[in-house]
This record gives sequence, structure tokens and C-alpha cells, in this order.
Amino acid sequence: MLLEIKNLHANIEGKEILKGIDLKVKAGEVHAIMGPNGSGKSTLAQVLAGKEEYEITKGEVTFNGKNLLELSPEDRAREGMFLAFQYPIEIPGVSNTNLLKTALNEIRKYNGQEELDTMEFLTQIKAKMKLVELDQTLLSRAVNEGFSGGEKKRNEIFQMAVLEPKLGILDETDSGLDIDALRIVANGVNKLKSKENATIVVTHYQRLLNYIVPDFVHVLYKGKIVKSGGKELALELEEKGYDWIKEESNAVVEN
Amino acid sequence: MSQFAEIKEWYLSEFKLFENSLNGESAAPIHKIRKEAISNFSNLDFPNTKDEEWKYTNIAPLLKYNFKPAPQKSDVKPEHVNKFLFNELEHSLLVFVNGHFNQELSKIKDLPAGVIAGSISDSIKEKSPVVEKHFGKYADYKNQIFTALSTAYTRDGAFIYVPGGKIVDDAIHILFLTTRAEENILTQPRNLFVAGKNSQVTIIEHYASLDENIYFTNAVTEIFADENAVVDHVKLQEESKKAFHIARMEIDQEKNSNFSSHAISLGGDISRNDFNSRFNDEGSECMMNGLFLTDGTQLFDVHTLIDHAKPHCNSHEHYKGILDDKSRGVFNGKVIVRQDAQKTNAFQENNNIILSDDALINTKPQLEIFADDVKCSHGATIGQLDEEAMFYLKSRGIGEETSKSILIHAFASDVIKSIKVDAIKNYVEKILSDRFDG
Repeated sequence: MLLEIKNLHANIEGKEILKGIDLKVKAGEVHAIMGPNGSGKSTLAQVLAGKEEYEITKGEVTFNGKNLLELSPEDRAREGMFLAFQYPIEIPGVSNTNLLKTALNEIRKYNGQEELDTMEFLTQIKAKMKLVELDQTLLSRAVNEGFSGGEKKRNEIFQMAVLEPKLGILDETDSGLDIDALRIVANGVNKLKSKENATIVVTHYQRLLNYIVPDFVHVLYKGKIVKSGGKELALELEEKGYDWIKEESNAVVEN
Repeated sequence: MSQFAEIKEWYLSEFKLFENSLNGESAAPIHKIRKEAISNFSNLDFPNTKDEEWKYTNIAPLLKYNFKPAPQKSDVKPEHVNKFLFNELEHSLLVFVNGHFNQELSKIKDLPAGVIAGSISDSIKEKSPVVEKHFGKYADYKNQIFTALSTAYTRDGAFIYVPGGKIVDDAIHILFLTTRAEENILTQPRNLFVAGKNSQVTIIEHYASLDENIYFTNAVTEIFADENAVVDHVKLQEESKKAFHIARMEIDQEKNSNFSSHAISLGGDISRNDFNSRFNDEGSECMMNGLFLTDGTQLFDVHTLIDHAKPHCNSHEHYKGILDDKSRGVFNGKVIVRQDAQKTNAFQENNNIILSDDALINTKPQLEIFADDVKCSHGATIGQLDEEAMFYLKSRGIGEETSKSILIHAFASDVIKSIKVDAIKNYVEKILSDRFDG
């Protein structure tokens, strides 16, 4: 098992957002987490990446055989976790290349691999840029600064391609993308898929799942996974919306 | 009787010893200015925090010591100097040890005919007409007590003269080095840079110390940029963390002249800088950028004044501060746009990053605009390292310390990038790396 979440509860500023999440992800699988706005999807993604603002009040998370909750955000990344941000951060003054080279070498160092020199690094990333059809000039530019929405999202997938994580979590990577950009992003993700890695796609819309086909679909509502199924569940949600899920789940609570 | 009467008496009585040591030099015409300055000094009071201009900078600690000019002898060897040099840069080098010009350590490259780069003491002795024309003309020794003190004690410093039409290709690096001494040393470098019409020169004013001693540097630099002259100035302040550094730089700009300055400050227990530039005619540009790093209990204070007295001039000022521990910073940026100065462009920005809970910065943009057709902007920010950006970097596998260092480099980068000489850029980047890279 690559990732195992057991009864995970998390608070922010005293307010409980995650109210008992259970999820198992094996290598080679693609999981989609869907749900209405405010259901806790992004919180789950950020909690897994180690965002400090969230307080874990209950539960366990095992990643790659380790207790994830005890690891710092950087060690989670070094163990092979990657979060593609819903809103990628702009960092003026730091070039994309600098960020990636530093990140890649820190990850390699942690895993007992030799660090890459600039030439080796550049050769490696050139191939990866093609995956997401990213313009080479973006490399020397400051991280996400002045990037269009689509460029930011492609840049996230590009970073994922370079860092080669075991688990990629895409947090609403599709939101705000036009269909061409969406195809490019999905195509990149699909090419990175292997038997050794897994992907969690967090999304509000079914649209992305036409391109990244999930093995499992989970519906998150009020901080809990209330329904799980195959890819057909996503289609059902697309067709019927989230109301029937809400009703079902509220009925359960009332009983 | 004023609060600091005793220490004033000390400098006044030391002046007599100083005057005697001048020997034949007191025959030079500028000695009259020295005498005038010491008399002004005796009439002025040392500032305290009740003075608006010194509100956040208490210099009482500086006035506790009886600082004394250092003897000329020193045992500094070239290997001591090496670590302060820019090896990849072709340049002339003027070295001053404890305030005195050191010929052996200096290295003047072939300069265009008529260009002078050397000790002002020599030029004073030779009764240089350029020195006599410009010395004491721009730095106010009537009302400013530290400038009066410097002027009275004028002994040595760098003198650079670029006659009209001459271009000095290689930078001139002036290194003021303070060394170990029995007594608390007082050095008062007195610099004069004169750039003639259509001339160009790059000057690096560099203050450093071989030991972490208590001493007092009281520097005054006067710069005259004649019509269409281009002067690029860098000040690197790497004094001992126990030292006191008081500095005044006065720039007088004639028509269409272009002056740029970058002040990089790291050292000093208390450092106070007054940088003032005046546009005497149209079409000139002035850039005043700076970066200061403080930690421990350091106090860094910069007061700048850009005086737009004439129309069609541009000024650009950008200061950045990175403050750690219990250190403090003061930025006071004054821009005056006088009634005549239509079509002025004045930009000012001060950004600060506070790395600890106890560091403090007082920042005050001060714009006084009397003309109506002008473009002026100013801004000041104080913040911490962006937590979102920190998390983003960490989520990519970059450790806490490295993430911090990356963001600090990034914060400082626009000021560093605006430095024109690459070797200095690299030197400053390295300073940041040495300080912040884990």
C-alpha cells in the first residue's frame, strides 16, 4: 500500500474540516476525489502535503511505509509526495530552474543518489518540458510570476514530471483551464503514469476525468468520504449533480 | 552644559595634537577650513533622540569612547587584503589602513592622461586646484557636527579626478581597512570624487575590518558630477560588528549628469548614513539603491535626500532591509521637488523583511512636492518571509533553511541586479549565501 489514511480528522482555527477520512491508494492506481465546494477536498490535499496551519486531531496516515504525519513537508516530498497546487504561488526573484534544480538535488540527496550538475539537470528537464508543451523561456523566468493560469497549471505538472513522485496529488488542476490546456495537462499526467506511482485527482468537475481515467472515484462531503465507486460514479455525478449524495448522506446522519 | 560636553572636549583637545602632527601641511589653504570646522564643531551639540533627524538612532554608545587617530605604521600584508578584493575584476586599487593611504598595498592601473586616483593628503600638499575648488563645498560642516569633526580632522582619504572627456574603463576600488590596535581607533576618511564634463568613472568605496574591534569610522564623501558625466558608485560597508560607522555622501549633479549608487551594508554596531543628492540643472538622473542586513543588536540608519531643484530630472531610489535577531533599521527617504522642477520623475521604495520577533524597522518616506507637473511615487513595506512561498518550496522537497535562503536571495535580487559591475553583484550574492545558506 502506497498511502493509507485511517479516520483522519483535521481542524483549522478550531473548526473541524476533515471528519474521519479513510482511503487506501496502491501504486499504479488513479483515484479521483470529487465533491461539492467546501467539502474538504483541498484541505485533504494540503493536509497530506503537510501544511502547518491544519491541526490533525485524530487518525493515522501511512505513506510509503512511514508515518506521514510525523514528516516535515520537505521530507514528505523527498519520500515521493507531490502536490500540484490549486493556486500555484508566485515567487518573484526565484527562477524556475533554480527551484527545480535545488528541489531535485535535495530529493536525490535524501534518497542517497548523487546530485546532478547543471548540464545533466538541463538535459533531463528538456525532455520533461515537451511533456507539457511548456515554452523554454519560462524556465529562466521567476516561478509562476506573470504566468497565465494555464501556464501555472502546466508548470505544476512539469515540476511533477521532473521530481518523479510516487504519489501525485492534483488539486483542482483542471479548474480555469480551457479544453486545449486541459488536454495538455491530462496528457502529461497520463504519460507520467506507471506501475510504480499513483495519482490522486481532486476535482469539482467530471470533465478532467474524460482525459485522466480514474480507477476509483470517491465523493467527499462535509469532511467525509460518503461514497466510493468506479469511474462510472463520476459520470453519474456529472449527470445528477451532488444533491442526491447530500440527501443520502444527510439521511444517514439523521438515522 | 550639553549632555555630551565631556566627549566634545576630548575631540577638541585631541585636535591640538592633530594640528601639531600636521607639520608643514597646515600651510595648505584648506587648513583654514579645518580651523573653521573645529570652531563650528565646538559650537554644535551632538544629537540626541530628541532631534527629529536622530529620533530612532541613539548615538550615546558611540560617545562613551575616547577614540583616537591611529598612527600611520601598520603591519598589514597583501594576504590580509586579498579576501576583500574582486579577483575577476580588472580594477585599480587604493588601500587605506586605519585611515592612512598605503602605497605598497595599492595598485593603480594605467589611467587615461590627467586622471588622478590616490591620496587626498598628497593632493592637499600639492595644493591641487581641483581639491581647493571642491573640498568642503558640498558636505555641510557648519550645521552637521560629524561633518564638522571630519572636516576639522581632514588628513587623508581618496581623491579621484577625471578630467573632462576621459573615460576610466576599469573600476577604482577603494578599500578602507581597520586593523587591530591598542587604542580605540578613530578614522575619518575624507573622500573627494570629481568627474569632469563628459567623463565616466566607477568607484567602489569599501569599508572593512581585519578584527572585530571597537573603532569609529567617520567618513565624508563629496562627489561632483559635471555636465554629462556618468558616475557609478558602490559602497560596501563590512565594518566590525562592534564598530561605529557614521557616513555622509554629498552628490552635486550638473546638467545631464548620471549618478548611480548602491550601498550594501552589513557591519557596524551603529551605522548612520546620510546620502544627499542635488540636481543643479536639467536632464540629470540619480539612482540611490541599497541593501542592508542586520542581526544581533546592530542598528542601521540611512537618511537620504534627493533634491529636485531643476526640471526634467529623474530619481530612482530603492532600499531593502533584512533584519534579524534584535537588530533595528531606520530608513528616512526625503525627496524635495521644488517649484521649478516640472517634469520630475521620482520613484522611491523601501521594502523590509523581518526574520525574528524582536527586530524592528522605522521607515519614513518624506515627499515634499512644490511643482504640479510631476510623477512621484513612494512605497514602504515591512513583512516576514512569505509563508505560502515557504510552504511551496518545502512541498518541492527543499528544506527549511534552504527555502529561507532562496527567498532572502529573491527578496534582495532586484537591488543586486541593478548593480552594474558583475563582480560586485557576485560578491554581494556571496555575502548573502555565506550568511543564509545552511
